Amino acid sequence: MSKWQVQVDREACIGTGMCASSAAAYFRLENGKSTAVQDFVEPDELVTDAAESCPMEAILVRDGDGVVIAPEP
Amino acid sequence: MTTTYPFSEADRLRLDPTYLRLQRTEPVSWVRMPFGGEGWLATGYQEVRMVLADPRFSRWATVGKDVPRTSPVLENPNILAMDPPEHGRLRKLVAKAFTTRRVEQLRVRAQEVVDAALDDIEAQGPPADLVSTLNMPLPITLICDMLGVPEGERGEFQGWTDVLLGFGVSTAEEIRAALDSLKGYIAGMVAQRRRTPSDDMLGALVEAHDEEDRLSEEELVVFGVTLLVAGHETTANLLGNAIYTLFEQPTLLRSLVEDPDLLRPAVEELARAIPLAAMVALPRVALEDVEIGGVTVRAGETVLVSMAAANRDPSVFDTPEKIDFQRGVNPHIAFGHGVHHCLGAPLARMELQVAIGTLFRRFPTLELAVPVEDVEFKRGRLVRGPLTLPVKW
Ligand code: HEM
Ligand code: SF4
Repeated sequence: MSKWQVQVDREACIGTGMCASSAAAYFRLENGKSTAVQDFVEPDELVTDAAESCPMEAILVRDGDGVVIAPEP
Repeated sequence: MTTTYPFSEADRLRLDPTYLRLQRTEPVSWVRMPFGGEGWLATGYQEVRMVLADPRFSRWATVGKDVPRTSPVLENPNILAMDPPEHGRLRKLVAKAFTTRRVEQLRVRAQEVVDAALDDIEAQGPPADLVSTLNMPLPITLICDMLGVPEGERGEFQGWTDVLLGFGVSTAEEIRAALDSLKGYIAGMVAQRRRTPSDDMLGALVEAHDEEDRLSEEELVVFGVTLLVAGHETTANLLGNAIYTLFEQPTLLRSLVEDPDLLRPAVEELARAIPLAAMVALPRVALEDVEIGGVTVRAGETVLVSMAAANRDPSVFDTPEKIDFQRGVNPHIAFGHGVHHCLGAPLARMELQVAIGTLFRRFPTLELAVPVEDVEFKRGRLVRGPLTLPVKW
């Protein structure tokens, strides 16, 4: 399976730390804002769940074809 | 000698100085809790955030255990007591409805509720009580709308909530009975939705159980109770405390009346500075030995965190005791941190903005109808708040 792309909009992020705690392998807080540990990752539901649960919808996940798979609109 | 917690009975919005003394000398300190014996109390900003974010500290390990704590009853399973990944399974079911974007769509409804409350106040004439006319009805209406609690049935749960969160006054027996009543109340609405499906949040949770098996029946009912209780008690009281603080510090109020752009930073700053919880709650248990704040928390030991103390840590906030609407960055943790970061934070923020903004726009000369020191506060409650706020204009 091709990799997913993970992006965090640091302008939108308010630093709740939810993603960094629930999916520590993929997100970490830097100066109070979340950032993706790696831009491309093997598909893992933890990443899409974090994107779905972010109150600011600041996490964007795309599949190998560049289609946004999370968060849902 | 081990310090005994709580250090004193909650006195209005005063934070006992012991918190900040401990923060300076031992940001994670050993204290005797009212129930379950001795454990750690974290007061430093970094230490509190670490406990809230680090998976080595478990909420689930407290369920049903006689751990050091402030609640007379043992922890019940609910979203606040779950650890990842189980926690995420529940959170995901409702997270979408509480995003800032979705909550913005409810701003119109909040405005309607506030306008109607202020119409009533105006019609009634001074003195009027803000707590019963504005502060309670606003969050109750919004969370009931979201969940789908019918208009006619909204009066019943407030008494049970009072008992449930009466940490200082309710007996364990009374708390368990109040929780059972709340569960029965929600269970009735769940049954109703099985007969007639509905597109509200309870309806969605029923569907998630019945059709997709994503949560158990017990989880479904308890989740409804949690959302209902968490959705109104905190917001109503923070609103009351915020308005009280503005009356107590008229220069703050004046700056807000003169510059409506200060509304959003003012709400954040009030959330930071007001110690909403009368005492710490929601203990965490270390799953392994953890070095933190100069001590070793051993596996199996309990840590409680003071967000109010953290929000006054001078290593993060300049002149922390001062309420300053011009504070630039404000990384307060009044809504928590990590996986349990408040689900309702966007909703609470929006409600506070609409209520405070509208109140002083419409009544720029609003003032207390009694001397500020005569405002009475609730006693023996987990959450601080004025009993009434009599105002005139
Ligand atoms: C000003 C008002 C509010 C304040 C200060 C507040 C504060 C908090 C805090 C500090 C926590 C985390 C507790 C911990 O980890 O120890 C929390 C969690 C939570 N809050 Fe709020 N809250 C407020 C309003 C609301 C509202 C309006 C709702 C609406 C549903 C809500 C629902 C929840 C829920 C469900 C959780 C648990 C989240 C989880 O475990 O994932 N809160 N809140
Ligand atoms: S969950 Fe969203 S707002 Fe919270 S830290 Fe992650 S990206 Fe930022």
